[in-house]
Amino acid sequence: MSVLAIDVHGLTKRFGRKVAVDGVDIAVPEGQVWGFLGPNGSGKTTTIRMLCGLLKPDAGEGACLGHDVLREPDAIKRQVGYMTQRFSFWEDLSIRENLEFVARVYAIPDRRAKVDATLERLGLKARQNQLAGELSGGWKQRLALAACMLHNPRLLLLDEPTAGVDPQARREFWEEIHRLSQTGLTVLVSTHYMDEAERCDRIIYINLGRIIARGTVADVIRQSGLITFTLQGRDVRQYLPQLEGRPGIEHIAFFGAALHVSGHDRLALESAVAPLREGKDIAVREEAPSLEDVFIHLQGQVKAQ
Amino acid sequence: MKDGFSLARLYAILVKEFIQMRRDRMTFGLMVGVPIMQLMLFGFAINTDPRHLPAALHIADDSVYARSIAAALKNSQYFDIVAIAHSPGEGDRMLDRGDVTFVITIPVNFARDLVRGLSPQMLIEADATDPVAAGNALAAMSELATSALRDDLVGPLSVRAAKRPFTPVIQRRYNPEGITQYNIVPGLIAIILTMTMVMVTSMAMTRERERGTFENLLAMPAHPFEVMLGKIIPYVLIGYIQATLILLGARYVFHVPMFGSLTLLIAATGVFIAANLALGFTFSTIAKNQLQAMQMTVFFLLPSILLSGFMFPFRGMPVWAQYLGEGLPNTHFLRIVRGILLKGNGAAEIWPNIWPLLLFLLIAGSVALLRYRRTLD
Repeated sequence: MSVLAIDVHGLTKRFGRKVAVDGVDIAVPEGQVWGFLGPNGSGKTTTIRMLCGLLKPDAGEGACLGHDVLREPDAIKRQVGYMTQRFSFWEDLSIRENLEFVARVYAIPDRRAKVDATLERLGLKARQNQLAGELSGGWKQRLALAACMLHNPRLLLLDEPTAGVDPQARREFWEEIHRLSQTGLTVLVSTHYMDEAERCDRIIYINLGRIIARGTVADVIRQSGLITFTLQGRDVRQYLPQLEGRPGIEHIAFFGAALHVSGHDRLALESAVAPLREGKDIAVREEAPSLEDVFIHLQGQVKAQ
Repeated sequence: MKDGFSLARLYAILVKEFIQMRRDRMTFGLMVGVPIMQLMLFGFAINTDPRHLPAALHIADDSVYARSIAAALKNSQYFDIVAIAHSPGEGDRMLDRGDVTFVITIPVNFARDLVRGLSPQMLIEADATDPVAAGNALAAMSELATSALRDDLVGPLSVRAAKRPFTPVIQRRYNPEGITQYNIVPGLIAIILTMTMVMVTSMAMTRERERGTFENLLAMPAHPFEVMLGKIIPYVLIGYIQATLILLGARYVFHVPMFGSLTLLIAATGVFIAANLALGFTFSTIAKNQLQAMQMTVFFLLPSILLSGFMFPFRGMPVWAQYLGEGLPNTHFLRIVRGILLKGNGAAEIWPNIWPLLLFLLIAGSVALLRYRRTLD
């Protein structure tokens, strides 16, 4: 069995009377890339902060990189790279000064060479003296990732690293993540993007502080037991009002020009969409539900409870 | 279409502002509570006609007259005889240390000369580093000279009571001409350092928190003590630059005398700067944003100006206000600066004001470290 980079049980965090994270178990083997998904306010950031020692768990136990999360936050901090949701490097320092600062705090040997190499790799060598605050969102994100990687951490915790970043930059970002994971780095990344979730070895879905689904993307889809019919054709949207609320239909979502109609009861679902099959314009097909269908379903399920 | 002034939109903005004002409880409290508190505090504490100033009596010629003069001094309410000096040297030391504001000496043969109608001199040495503080008390002296012995000089001696039976001789020590700048300019070192040092450090952590960089700093393996020292040391340097500028101005623009050791002053200034920075850092761990940090600084600055003896005579304040004043680093540093520059105080004389600064530094520094959260909880 492989070594676990993250191995925590029952992590719980309360803010006042609100339970932000409720008994979360996470076990990530070294060298894997795991996606952390869930709606806003579901406890992703809080969990990540507990993993890197920024928040003290109220209950639970476990280890990151073999160090106890409760007793050895300093040892964890030295080996973990944490990229915050909001850009948190110093905007009034230049790109180079930010990297040098980080290098000094972690006492990285051959600081100048290391910073030079990082600037070179980022393609920021020519702009190294520009203030970090003047960078665009995509560049800030690349700088932040490079700064978190400067001390060669063994575990990378990324909190919505690609929010507000263009598709090209996101693609490059993920290529970098996979390249790093090839070298043995473990990555836990929170995201709202389905395509990013699909790039992960495993995903964890959390809602209201509890993990309600986990596994590979295929596992999560299968476990949901969801059945989805895809309705395609001209003006398919106009059928939305007449489909809504029909027995068997749990939720409906738009995907481009198509409607995804999902539920658990195949018979009820079939009869719900049956009237539409009669028209020639609409193609009705049963397809494997997408991850997004599953998440919308999971979110609705929690709400219903 | 021209879009004119709209009451509805004004109303919308008013409503929003009032809601936000109410949400920021701390700011609201500081805006409403602080003026009331300060009105009560300073309204009762400040007194520009200080009475009950501490005085030492050196009686070289004990007599019924000497005792009557002591009683008269006390009855004038300006003087509190707090010590008896057994030699002129002892009186000097008391003035140097600032234990007393006056040393009153009744010389040898005082009674004999008085009876003979020679109007003997009575020496009043005043600590004039703060010319205002001693002013009214000294003015009361001449009245006192005629009235003090009225009850003693009866019968054949009543003729002595007709004119002044003795002559008070006033010596304004340390600042004979009573130049206000000698008092204010050295005091400004204390005020300016307090103002800037507390202000800049109080923003040190709040700025990181507001900009979101605090989380990043926390995620790094930096010890709180390292962060605190790292943030404080640059300002120690700035503090020294400020102190140097003011001292140069004091020397060459205001011609303030500098009798004591500058090395000693530099050392004492270091302690004072550190105490202020530690306090600023403590504010920084409490304030939620830079505005609150600013308000806390002002909140601290006002008593530092008003209750420290900078603006108004320290001895003129009621006892409770003096206790408050003793808790302020400014009070002690003022005495140190004035003592070193004007009185030529050495390490031994300023020690009574150094240890309170060290104590303050220790307490403020510990609170800052305890309050510095290593997590985001």
